[in-house]
Amino acid sequence: MIADFGFGVIVVAFLLALFSVGAAVYGALAKSYRWAESARRAMLLTFPLVAIASFTLIYLLATGHYELEYVYSVTSDSMPLYLKITALWGGQAGSLLFWSWLMSAFASAVTLRRWERDREFLPWVIVVSSVTLAFFLALTIFFENPFARWWQTASGEVAAMFRPTGAIPLSPSGGQGLNPLLRHPGMIIHPPMLYLGFVSFVIPYAFAMAALITGRTDDRWIRITRRWTLVAWLFLSLGLVLGARWAYDVLGWGGYWGWDPVEIAAFMPWLTGTAFLHSVMIQEKRGMLKQWNMLLIILTYDLVIFGTFLTRSGVLSSVHAFAKSAIGPLFFAFIGLTLVSSVSLLVYRWNDLKAEIEMKSMLSREALFLLNNLFFMGVLIVCFWGVIFPLISELVTNQKVTVGPPFYERATAPLFGALMLLMGIAPLSAWGHSTFKTLGRAVWKPALVAALAVVAIFAAGIHNAVALIGFGLVALVIFVTLYEFWRGAMARHRRTGENFVTALWRLAGRNRRRYGGYLIHISMVLMAIGILGMQVFQTETQGTIPQGGSLALAGYTVTFDSVAQFDTTGGRNVTRAVVSVYKGDQYLGDLYPRRDYYYESGQPMTIPGVRSTLADDLYVILVDWQPISAVGATFKVYHNPLVNWLWIGSLVFIFGTLVAAWPEKEEVKS
Amino acid sequence: MRTKTFLLIPFFFLLLGIFLVPTVTVVAQQPTPSDDEVNAIARQLYCPVCENTPLDVCPTQACAQWRDLIRQMLAEGKSADEIKQYFVENYGARVLSEPPRTGLNWLVYILPPVAFLAGAYILYRAFRSWRALDKQASTQEGSEVPPAGDEYVARLEEELRKRK
Amino acid sequence: MSENVNNATIPPKRSVPLWVQILVWVGLLGLLAVLALALKRSQQGVVKVGDTVKDFTLTTFSDDQHPGGQQFRLSDLSGKVVLINFWASWCKPCEQEAPDLEAAWRSYQAGGEVVFLGVDYVDTEPEARSYIAKFDITYPNGPDLGTRISQAFNRQMGVPETYIIDRQGKLRYIQIGPFQSAAEIQAIIDPLLAEK
Repeated sequence: MIADFGFGVIVVAFLLALFSVGAAVYGALAKSYRWAESARRAMLLTFPLVAIASFTLIYLLATGHYELEYVYSVTSDSMPLYLKITALWGGQAGSLLFWSWLMSAFASAVTLRRWERDREFLPWVIVVSSVTLAFFLALTIFFENPFARWWQTASGEVAAMFRPTGAIPLSPSGGQGLNPLLRHPGMIIHPPMLYLGFVSFVIPYAFAMAALITGRTDDRWIRITRRWTLVAWLFLSLGLVLGARWAYDVLGWGGYWGWDPVEIAAFMPWLTGTAFLHSVMIQEKRGMLKQWNMLLIILTYDLVIFGTFLTRSGVLSSVHAFAKSAIGPLFFAFIGLTLVSSVSLLVYRWNDLKAEIEMKSMLSREALFLLNNLFFMGVLIVCFWGVIFPLISELVTNQKVTVGPPFYERATAPLFGALMLLMGIAPLSAWGHSTFKTLGRAVWKPALVAALAVVAIFAAGIHNAVALIGFGLVALVIFVTLYEFWRGAMARHRRTGENFVTALWRLAGRNRRRYGGYLIHISMVLMAIGILGMQVFQTETQGTIPQGGSLALAGYTVTFDSVAQFDTTGGRNVTRAVVSVYKGDQYLGDLYPRRDYYYESGQPMTIPGVRSTLADDLYVILVDWQPISAVGATFKVYHNPLVNWLWIGSLVFIFGTLVAAWPEKEEVKS
Repeated sequence: MRTKTFLLIPFFFLLLGIFLVPTVTVVAQQPTPSDDEVNAIARQLYCPVCENTPLDVCPTQACAQWRDLIRQMLAEGKSADEIKQYFVENYGARVLSEPPRTGLNWLVYILPPVAFLAGAYILYRAFRSWRALDKQASTQEGSEVPPAGDEYVARLEEELRKRK
Repeated sequence: MSENVNNATIPPKRSVPLWVQILVWVGLLGLLAVLALALKRSQQGVVKVGDTVKDFTLTTFSDDQHPGGQQFRLSDLSGKVVLINFWASWCKPCEQEAPDLEAAWRSYQAGGEVVFLGVDYVDTEPEARSYIAKFDITYPNGPDLGTRISQAFNRQMGVPETYIIDRQGKLRYIQIGPFQSAAEIQAIIDPLLAEK
């Protein structure tokens, strides 16, 4: 009954979304303000409706209504309440509803802004947002319905919304429970962050389409959506980092990124999104690249939809992929529709997007930003091709192939290195005017310090070429960026007489985009420190040791103290080992690697025992190649140098994005 | 006669010893490959049935069998390449972590660099045409002198003034 | 907006060149075609009931009479009803149906009109042999080298799966998962046997 109510509500929301599309199109073409307003109100109304439907589903999840197929598949009695609630996005059907909820929220937020200056955009922004919303609601209503219930029919158990002929309702007494791998704090926030990132990129895309359709091809659409893009980028980046953190904490293979196709599917919109963030600055400052920016935002939106399609349609084989589903064909139709319509629009308006071109120097900031875009596109091509090629190969030769980490790492490493170099040089270049001499004069000091840093690292015993180049570039970016902060603050200090700290604060406050951006650059190279440490210097060892025995790795000794097996909350059986860690003779502490076995799903999980410091992680997991007992237990020990800089860097980029996106007082009026 | 038979017996055992001991020693010389050695090879392979899971971390029983197979082959003295080759023959090319460089698979390695170079070329051409246009404009209108001196500070001050 | 509008130059307006447009559309449509085909394949598998099954050769595990294993070619078996069962030693449900398959086989063996072929999917030989010995399987079994045979039946092969082919070489029945009894198998084969 409650489920029927929830279903009814989303059907109404779906009809409203369709109405809003029609009304908006009519309002735009007939220049009728009333119809556009009507469309706006319909769009606004979808948000509370989808919210009600989502709360209904949450209620059903929390109270264990296992007669519903979705509730049955993602919850069980042994799960704590917070996990039952977050199971809203634990499976395909619920996560699609959640997507719709976020989409309606953001679309409504956009429609609530003041539209006086941009009346002509409003209907078309509504059209794009409502079409996307309607699509996701359609997926939920017709294919993956979270409110469908179990029925017993002659041919077996079936899940459907309405009673099939001759069926009787079925009410299981318990649920399957969420895959234990997903019961981790990282997994709780990672999907919402990703979805927030995906959904918020729809807004700049909607404005871009509105600009193309109405012919207002100046950079008004970019200025309006500037903050949306930053926020979308923040959420998407966070979603990726959280996914990496979850993988590191819970999957037990000592790594954080496997170049799995589904990971790449979420990474690709990030690449184009980052390129877009930079190249819109060129359009704002110099009025150039209007066509390219349009292309980038179209690519970002389409990659979002494409990535969602790949993850959910069963086309790709991946550990992350949802189970095979019937939504593939509709999704495919939607991708086709959006690709064809956006590209057609772009081609149609191509000439109107031509603008004033001023490129005085190949070393100007515009030129370096364009190089930045080139390298991001290079990484995008590598990723896209690596994901698509197995599909093509299988269609043509009927043989499956795997495109894995060696391919991606080898191809993208030089491109990322080039991007780091650009992060070091571009802040020192000037818009418009820049010669080799002026740029050289600005760069040589930080470059020298970076070179000295490399020499110091070499002297400290690191001779690996990739590491030396990588750390050298990191040093360059850090020095250049700190130099920029210092120079700016000093200039202000000299001019206003404020003390240095106040000068720095006010400087950043007055120019948030630039200095927030610099902070983000620093955060990126901090993450690069972690990545380099792992890529170049990670070591591992595995061995079966009796109680009292030990394994040695990278100067650490891991001694097996004891092991215990017991049942615990959450319906699992835990095998927990206690190991002590020594460095040389110094005792550093105990770690508790364990293996959990979930009775309901029969699924095992490996939880590592980790000792984290700034310099490295010592990561110990319990392996089940042999039976585990006090007589002998198999441990795998990873030494992960510098890995925590990844997480530190991510905190810095959150801060940097907040600085960059924080509204400035003068801008409230716009 | 009886002395001969008596002497024959130890001689027989001596012969037996000479032939047996070497084989026993040979067997004892092959230690079981360590987990690390197995992992070093398993890392480079992917589980043939699971989705995109490397063989050293794959938890299924099938993967355990394959790791034992690797251990066995290592004990027999097979090299890493021979083991990988065996896996490819038995389970297909998908067990490798990147496509073998044969036939259609060359496309996966060639296309990204070619696309990148194409993009770089397009960018270069664009730069050239923009510079040419710009040179045209500046020779027509008189070139603008780039600000000298502490241009950075001047620029910064100008921006600050605008934003103030 | 732009600070230096005076010095700006507006390049002559030209539309997107035709060859670029064609290239973009061909690329786009090509991508969509690849996705559509991949999607279709993932939904339905490679062969449907009624299709003619592509020819393949199965080489059995070696034994005393056949040191290099026996070769069974599907096209050589035309005129007979062929049952192809994909299994693996690490597959628990396969063990469930193994006695039923063997029993069904024995009932048809004398007649010579039905052939059972066991294809060992992605397995290791010693374990496979133990499995065969454990269930006393007498019909031919061989490894699916390079997973070439299974790729021709199901892109995402799981085990156990059974495919039954009629006398004309057309696929007539797909069983995903284990059979429940030997009678179930016979109920499918007998009608196909009756066809001439």
